[in-house]
Amino acid sequence: MKKLLVAIFLVNFLAACASEKPVEPVAEAPAPAPAVEESAPAPAPAPMVEVDPLDDPNSILAKRSTYYPFDVSVVQDADKPMVQAHAKYLSEHPNRSVRLEGNCDERGSNEYNLGLGNRRANGVKQMLLLGGARASQIETVSYGEEKPRCTDHNEACWEQNRRTDIKY
Amino acid sequence: MLVRLFQSVIASLFLLHFTPANAELSIEIIGAGENQVPVAIAPFGGDHKLALAIKDVVVNDLLRSGLFRMIDTEGISSLELTEVKYPDWQARGAEALAIGSVTVQPNGRIEARFHLLDVVKQTELAGQAVSASEGQVRAVGHRISDLIYEKLTGDKGVFSTRIAYVNREGKHYRLVVADSDGYNEQTVLSQNQPIMSPAWSPDGSHLAYVSFETGHAVIYIQSLYTNQRKLLAGFSGTNSAPAWAPNGKQLAIVLTRDGSSQLYLIRPDGSDARRITFSGEIDTEPNFSPDGQYLLFLSDRGGSPQIYRMPAKGGPAERMTFGEGANFSPRYSPDGKGFVFNHRVAGKFYIAMQDFQTGQMEMLTEGGWEKKPSFAPNGKLIMFASEARERGILATVSSDGRVKQRMFTQSGDAREPVWGP
Repeated sequence: MKKLLVAIFLVNFLAACASEKPVEPVAEAPAPAPAVEESAPAPAPAPMVEVDPLDDPNSILAKRSTYYPFDVSVVQDADKPMVQAHAKYLSEHPNRSVRLEGNCDERGSNEYNLGLGNRRANGVKQMLLLGGARASQIETVSYGEEKPRCTDHNEACWEQNRRTDIKY
Repeated sequence: MLVRLFQSVIASLFLLHFTPANAELSIEIIGAGENQVPVAIAPFGGDHKLALAIKDVVVNDLLRSGLFRMIDTEGISSLELTEVKYPDWQARGAEALAIGSVTVQPNGRIEARFHLLDVVKQTELAGQAVSASEGQVRAVGHRISDLIYEKLTGDKGVFSTRIAYVNREGKHYRLVVADSDGYNEQTVLSQNQPIMSPAWSPDGSHLAYVSFETGHAVIYIQSLYTNQRKLLAGFSGTNSAPAWAPNGKQLAIVLTRDGSSQLYLIRPDGSDARRITFSGEIDTEPNFSPDGQYLLFLSDRGGSPQIYRMPAKGGPAERMTFGEGANFSPRYSPDGKGFVFNHRVAGKFYIAMQDFQTGQMEMLTEGGWEKKPSFAPNGKLIMFASEARERGILATVSSDGRVKQRMFTQSGDAREPVWGP
């Protein structure tokens, strides 16, 4: 049973990773999960011990980045439920805090992008505040285009760089 | 269009490659000035090794400007003033001739004497002694180049000026100061966090710059003589885009401490920070007019990043750029009559210039990854960050767009160049 749980857990974890938009360089293609009896029921069992939902890879809180179209700084609809979930978590865990790091692609001046990254981080901050987080729990920083995740001159790269990271 | 075509024809005709003996840098020159003055630099007398080194610097300086053509001096040995036979030089096609000699003083100082002669009028245009401390042979060469340039073009030379830029290699950043030809590199700051936006104090003694070493952007001012530095602005949020007032008594900076990126004035000792824009949008990249009365800056208050102008003390802003595309990084020309900036349209970045009187924009480059233009002190050249062979490089273009130059540093990407005094 324990093995089975681990397997299910692993599958779900990988699925969660795969569904994230831009893929962080994950080590390797997933090794096929050990064969499981076909008849095995697959209910996602409740965690046996109470774990911090932040540590649960299946939780929406496992997603920590918002992404943007070019030269846009408002949080996109697709990312709103995730940001709202972080707001709820922060409001329920007043001892936790986050650092919001705004980033941009390279298509602007460095200084303009510093401003744009600041605006992106502030947009996430406003949403967290509206959702019940306290200002004292939130720090914002902009890296502009200075800390790209990907350095090629193409949209596949740029879309990964236009983001705000929520870091606990 | 015709002009463009003509330029590219010139470009293919005049592509020169320099591989200096000291191969830390390679320079490519593309294009040529409208009228190139034919100049002969005779071998200098005196200390043979120094003489060769100085001539090398002078020849390369003059060629890089695009305004001169070198007359062959094959078979000529060093000359005294009395030995010059003007008709011989006329026959070689020279309009000007430089002769000279170099000696090393007992204390190690290098002393060069040189004369610049008008071959056509058979008169002396300039005669001067130039000296520098031991090892500063390039400095001596640059001074001679400046004097030749000034006499023959009427404009001040910029060969003795310096530049600052950021070198990025992986996650390692270095703030570098070098001669305007890229040689004589000195590292001012070296760290594993980004460095941005170096800005020269008007007297060339200090650099203001943005550093992320504390985890967010703060502004330091560092002395280039003592290397000591102090924090100019470390307010909460982002502190960036330092620009010195021409009198050195104030800087315009950008802070986000009140929300969005807004312009502030601050004293060099970090006191009296005073907000001067209230757009609530992104206002950044301020640059003082040469008379200190105005600021050009970038704002997206109108919906896209464009260039604006406002009184330096604060007051209403006037939009300067219109039309398709976005515009960044404005810098006044030294005569205050126009400005150079970065124009982005259809996915390409161009170095462009605009005249205040006509409002006409002129593209100086063919476009690509070209950013951060800044004028040489004489207003004749513009340095900017470009890209070639998948690396960030430094490049210059003459203010008439005719002569272009690309400088490849030893390793890493060169970014954020700024021409100093």
